[in-house]
Amino acid sequence: MWEYTEKVMDHFRNPRNVGVIDDADGVGEVGSMACGDALTLYIKVDQQGRIKDAKFQTFGCASAIASSSALTELIKGKTIEEALKITNQDIADYLGGLPEQKMHCSVMGREALLAAIANYKGQSRESLASPLVCECFGVTQEEIERAIRENGLTTREQVTHYTKAGGGCGSCHERIEEILARLKKEVPVVALPAQRRLTNLQKMRLVEETIERQIRPELQKDGGDIELVDVEGNRVMVSLRGVCTGCPSSNITIKGIEQKLKEMVSQDLVVEEVRQ
Amino acid sequence: MKVVYMDNNATTRVDPLVVQEMLPFFTETYGNPSSMHLVGARAQKAVAQAREKVAQLLNAHPDEIVFTSCGTESDNAAIRGVLEASPEKRHLVTTRVEHPAVWNQIPYLRQKGYRVTELRVDREGRLDLEHLKASLTDDTALVSIMFANNETGVIFPLEEVAQIVKARGIVFHTDAVQAVGKIPVDLSKLPVDLLSMSGHKIHAPKGIGVLYIRRGTKVAPFMIGGHQEKGRRGGTENVPYIVGLGKAAEISQQELSKESMRLQGLRDKLEHGILERIPRVLVNGKGAERLPNTLSCCFEYVEGESLLLLLSDLGICASSGSACTSGSLEPSHVLRAMGIPYTAAHGSVRFSLGRFNTEEEVDFVLENLPGIVERLRQISPFWERRAEVSKG
Repeated sequence: MWEYTEKVMDHFRNPRNVGVIDDADGVGEVGSMACGDALTLYIKVDQQGRIKDAKFQTFGCASAIASSSALTELIKGKTIEEALKITNQDIADYLGGLPEQKMHCSVMGREALLAAIANYKGQSRESLASPLVCECFGVTQEEIERAIRENGLTTREQVTHYTKAGGGCGSCHERIEEILARLKKEVPVVALPAQRRLTNLQKMRLVEETIERQIRPELQKDGGDIELVDVEGNRVMVSLRGVCTGCPSSNITIKGIEQKLKEMVSQDLVVEEVRQ
Repeated sequence: MKVVYMDNNATTRVDPLVVQEMLPFFTETYGNPSSMHLVGARAQKAVAQAREKVAQLLNAHPDEIVFTSCGTESDNAAIRGVLEASPEKRHLVTTRVEHPAVWNQIPYLRQKGYRVTELRVDREGRLDLEHLKASLTDDTALVSIMFANNETGVIFPLEEVAQIVKARGIVFHTDAVQAVGKIPVDLSKLPVDLLSMSGHKIHAPKGIGVLYIRRGTKVAPFMIGGHQEKGRRGGTENVPYIVGLGKAAEISQQELSKESMRLQGLRDKLEHGILERIPRVLVNGKGAERLPNTLSCCFEYVEGESLLLLLSDLGICASSGSACTSGSLEPSHVLRAMGIPYTAAHGSVRFSLGRFNTEEEVDFVLENLPGIVERLRQISPFWERRAEVSKG
């Protein structure tokens, strides 16, 4: 049984803005019935370029319906420029989070939004011109790259959870690994502006990402390893593994980790070592 | 809220009579059956009686019954035990619709260098017996074919299957977890060498299973330890659960013929009621022989997880072969093997009835299901288009 938040269940049981806008200014269609979920988004845009109405129709699971409902609530009243800044993470956050295996539902929302805006502007979707990576689920390279960049993904399993790519026959796994390796070199962890207030969930996620992408690889080079035990307010509790355990310089290591986390996540963080 | 539990192929409620029978074995008769004193002797006697009852349910000899921890253990013990006992043979035959306890062993065995043939089924889920005959070779160590399918309830013609396999002198195992207790399983007539069953599908608790091993079958032990189960499965006997399983087997045997007719009546009422009230529904395995308690159907244009959650809001418990419920992205391998289109497979729902279901409960489902399906179809972008196409 999935652990859905109350907000997900509420938007699933009572989806907002279901339906069709007959004279829509933009329509975005993503997914297919064969893939297990599909979303059609309709937007009505006023003369100032503000989305004054949004409606959707979705075939899919509870989190797909809830993500679509959340998306329409998020974009209503926003200008096109503002709407373009909405990420799949914003959709997930609006719902109080989604199980990781269901993150693709929020990505589907984001893709439908981009498609509807492209349609409104009379453009063809860039992502359609991008080469297809996953044939089973029809996922393009651009869609995969966007999900990696916007969500700081590091593993192939995560890419599958977020985009579905690689969740079928598996023949594209190597290409996904290549994309991950390429982006790892060119993109730093999604650094948030220092003044932005983080929710607990965002903070934890960022701490995890920073450890995964920047701290762990460094420790592993020296034969060590790190495990994130807990985050309580601004206290980050970690335990060191491998040669780091009982290493006389582990205090220095902890300080180094703290420095990195302060830089990437928040200046208020304090790192403590938990010995197990 | 009243719970209408129609997921008995997943697990069943433990029968209160079974619980009652088990309780003294936690607090009073807590002995180790191997111990040389009166408390041990009582436990040993209880295990022997339970073994007798399970043997009667299957019409087998008590010394052919090995207690395990679950159906999955039984399947693993059977397959790996037989392969290990004849290391010179490197080929295994099974089907594309097995339970994961068998199916997920296939990649592992292939990695170990075994050749594995996965037999086809047709659109109704029926086994291709010609494919079976053609697949058997002198190198075949084992054939493992389920008795009845957990998702669709389709029953394989096991007597015919077993005869084909035994005519070639090959060891035959069947996963009968869904069959035992629902249809008669008579091992004095059925020439199978090994059979897996599970307690919690027949109103005993989770955590107890059985591997039947016909006398004379060569099987390497799966769990090496003490002398328990004649050295075939080490580990102190799970006495209370074994006693519970014995009681469940006894009840099952007494009620089988009457109960299977009652369940078939309820299942047929549910099936016909759904088909009458809801358009665009496919019944999976409709043309095949099926377990009396199981109804698997696909509601087109609807996704299974959504349907289950809205049913659950009303207290109705069922399951689905849709991708979303399992956390994988592909719908059930069983429905795919049958060639059910993905578009329908995502909307599959299984209702599986059991001892405690009533006709009122079936009526309750029939009253509420059409509205739920309609509600989800109204949200779906495809339903309206389908309507437009049929109008045009």
